[in-house]
Amino acid sequence: MLQASSGMRKGYAGLANKVSEVAKGQETGAGPDFASLMLAVRDQGDRAAYGVVFQHFAPRVKAFLMKSGSDAALAEELAQDVMVTVWHKSAQFDPARASLSTWIFTIARNRRIDYFRRTRRPEPEDLDWGAGEEPDAADIYQSAEETRRLGAALSTLPEPQRALIERAYYGDLSHSEIAAQTGLPLGTIKSRIRLALERLRQNMN
Amino acid sequence: MTIKHHLNDDLLMAYAAGNLSEAFSLAVATHISLCDECRAALAAYEAMGGAILEGGADLALMSEDALVRAMARLDALPAPAASPKKPKHPVLPAPLQDYVGTDLSAIKWRKLGMGVRQAILPTKGKGGSARLLYIPAGQAVPDHGHRGMELTLVLKGAFRDETQHFARGDIEIATEADEHTPVALGDEDCICLAVTDAPLRFNALIPRLMQPIFRI
Repeated sequence: MLQASSGMRKGYAGLANKVSEVAKGQETGAGPDFASLMLAVRDQGDRAAYGVVFQHFAPRVKAFLMKSGSDAALAEELAQDVMVTVWHKSAQFDPARASLSTWIFTIARNRRIDYFRRTRRPEPEDLDWGAGEEPDAADIYQSAEETRRLGAALSTLPEPQRALIERAYYGDLSHSEIAAQTGLPLGTIKSRIRLALERLRQNMN
Repeated sequence: MTIKHHLNDDLLMAYAAGNLSEAFSLAVATHISLCDECRAALAAYEAMGGAILEGGADLALMSEDALVRAMARLDALPAPAASPKKPKHPVLPAPLQDYVGTDLSAIKWRKLGMGVRQAILPTKGKGGSARLLYIPAGQAVPDHGHRGMELTLVLKGAFRDETQHFARGDIEIATEADEHTPVALGDEDCICLAVTDAPLRFNALIPRLMQPIFRI
């Protein structure tokens, strides 16, 4: 048992080096290419690539869950669950359909619903994507680019509009609950969110 | 088949963010199963979630051994088998099959009068109830308004209300102010998924007395 665990530890030390190597190798200009890293996880079970994905996303998922109202310890546990699910469900990752951050967001969202509400979340029927079709590089680029541009557009919104949109995504919060928390009238919240969406649409076009 | 009546931004965003109850999520997921336009809009709202995850919050440091612990769990469990893809059904999209199966004749309908029948679906949690409505061709659902919001999604046949026409895949979003009388059109019986976030209130006295019994 002891032996096995020291062997494991050695393995992990090697892994940590590899993780930083991969991270360095990927740090060219725009930062790591997460779609490629995740494809290496999906197609080759590449643990070093998984390590890079983990180090980038786990702190973000944890922060996201804390904004949703979890305390730090629970958020850490749930973030662990989310990142382990990323490994186990990697076959479902399709970078032409959603960027890695979008895909991980949906896993974190579903974990939150499952943990806090304990209800089912009905999901739409899968589309037939044509079996074994290679994803198009342009589509992969575009889904990552869409998330990046949305992020950029979000950051240009006036603070009150951006805060309301973020809050709607963090929380198990309906508009009327946001109203109770912020003290803003419900109509104001709805019109601010609508304004913000309008603006985002303009920024994206 | 062209869908003319779609989900609105409020519903799409709330579903993408994970803020809708199970009953309302079922209506949204069922419509999206039939509507490519709303599927694309949902993808955009989910991408917003991705952008917020990526850049919206400050980072929260994980404990030092977090990666090691996660790595140890990767092999501890066998990867869960992907659920088998459900075969296409002409009336019931996949999300509904989880509630009623695939055999229309096995659905346990309860009579509402005038040939109209309903089957309440077992959704959990607060925030709405879901049912299938069966409206014989040419028949009207008793005139009703409702507290809160009602979504009515056509699965088979078609109906019209006072001003508009709804066919398979179309979703009607009615608010408290709307008094409407859906009438099944043509010679085909109509099946709809209806979700309400408050008990419906009927305008005629008798249906109102029946309400607690039928749980409409």
